[in-house]
Amino acid sequence: MLGNIYIILKRETKGYFSTPLAYIFISIFCGLTAAFTFYLGAFLERGQADLFPFFESHPWLLVLLVPSISMRLWAEERKTGSIELLMTLPITTFEAVIGKYLAAWVMIAIALALTFPMWITVNILGNPDNGVVMSSYLGSWLLAGQFLAIGSALSAMTKNQVIAFVISTAACFLFVMSGVEAVTGAIEGLVPNYVISIFSSMSSLDHFYEFVKGVIDLRSLLFYFTSIIFWLLLNIIIINIKKAA
Amino acid sequence: MENRIILDSLYKSFGELQAVNNVSMTVEVGEILGFIGPNGSGKSTTMKMATGYLKADSGTSTVCGVNMEINPKEAKKLIGYLPEGAPAYGEMTTIGFLNFIADIRGYYGKKRAIQIDKAVERARIKHVLHQQIDTLSKGYKRRVGLSQAIMHEPKILILDEPTDGLDPNQKHHVRELITEISKTTAIIVSTHILEEVDAVCSSVLLINKGNVVLNGSSSELRSKVESNNSIMIKIDPKHSEDLKRLLLTISSISKIDVLNETESNVNINVYPKENRVILTEVAKIIADQKFPVKDIYQNHIALDEAFRKLTV
Repeated sequence: MLGNIYIILKRETKGYFSTPLAYIFISIFCGLTAAFTFYLGAFLERGQADLFPFFESHPWLLVLLVPSISMRLWAEERKTGSIELLMTLPITTFEAVIGKYLAAWVMIAIALALTFPMWITVNILGNPDNGVVMSSYLGSWLLAGQFLAIGSALSAMTKNQVIAFVISTAACFLFVMSGVEAVTGAIEGLVPNYVISIFSSMSSLDHFYEFVKGVIDLRSLLFYFTSIIFWLLLNIIIINIKKAA
Repeated sequence: MENRIILDSLYKSFGELQAVNNVSMTVEVGEILGFIGPNGSGKSTTMKMATGYLKADSGTSTVCGVNMEINPKEAKKLIGYLPEGAPAYGEMTTIGFLNFIADIRGYYGKKRAIQIDKAVERARIKHVLHQQIDTLSKGYKRRVGLSQAIMHEPKILILDEPTDGLDPNQKHHVRELITEISKTTAIIVSTHILEEVDAVCSSVLLINKGNVVLNGSSSELRSKVESNNSIMIKIDPKHSEDLKRLLLTISSISKIDVLNETESNVNINVYPKENRVILTEVAKIIADQKFPVKDIYQNHIALDEAFRKLTV
């Protein structure tokens, strides 16, 4: 089982790096995070030796950039017909879903790792808490992992990549916004309080900020992992339902 | 281990459309079944169910004794499949793609190199090994798909229109390859090129709108058409009545049609019973009575015509 997952992962990763896709994604991600940090986050003007302005932009960038990776995961296989080849090879749907998912997640990890000049810069300028930086990176990667799982599942529903992109972005956006006070405030009074607290506890943003504060909370870890597992299970179910449809 | 694939009463509907309606077939090692039918008749859907890509509404696909639904991973190991249009990962090179297939098929070390070499050799794709699949011509793409399907020397090979879009030389080569492999393999090959059925297949299964129309040999397919082996005689109209009267004395004739009557010519079409060859009897009458016939020939029906008559 691990063997097949690794074979799929290897093939997918080669696919990313044999086309411009990986290079463009990584360049855009690094470029935009830097731009957000210096211009919108006023990194230098703040006079504080931390990477908060850098990580603050991540949820909003990932909402757009992760679906641009995940949209092709299954929609493209359907479009080109290669899914028929893949699913008639002696592998399980589980192995295919996990292998493809991990390959994309690894690529995002590489993109995050390549923002290391930010980390070097802040260490030259001052003495940041590097533990906080590490937990922030972890939070960002988990957040991306959640968006990727959502996008992968939704991509399995269609062979149109544009549709996959739009609905994935909307779904990820919803998970981010459910923690924003303007949104929870708007439904306050309309629904019982416990609904609001469930709603806002589903917020990817709140859990992400725990990591950015340097807190690796078990509840936040659980939140991301259960969310990823849930969406990947859904992904497997969608593919198997389409097989019977 | 059983060396055959058995499809048993497969059904599949897409919404209102009954795409496949009770299709069964058994193909043994050494046999090549030509699976024919018009576009949209359910050939590809049947093959997708046979290979485990689609789940049948009911019915089973049993590959060398392994049930596809109960044990898909084992069953898929025994099958080589070329899907319609030979899909592949276009961004990969041919050799990269074949390496991936070899990995999935569980080959490593020396054996891996041998299996890949053999598949490359058989499909004749040696000089496109380092080319990106997206940049290959249709013919080469098809051959890359074929090499993928035969790499593990499967007992069961299922090919969905393997020669579609190939030039005559490539078609010839693919047919040769299929014939060569068939000694050790049970092959199901779908096509709508009927000359292929005569050229390579040992039996034929014709389906139309999801239903099996015929399951047998290509001569049985021909015999389904009444004009097979009929005899056309061109003669002056003043002799036609006499000739017709005498011909009707032959016991193996079913009926006689008179066509295209003009001032000087009439065509008499003589239909035999059960596709019998009646040329000798007809010729004898003409010779004995010295009928001044202008032309005479036997209609040996083309498969195309049989196909059309059975499926329109």
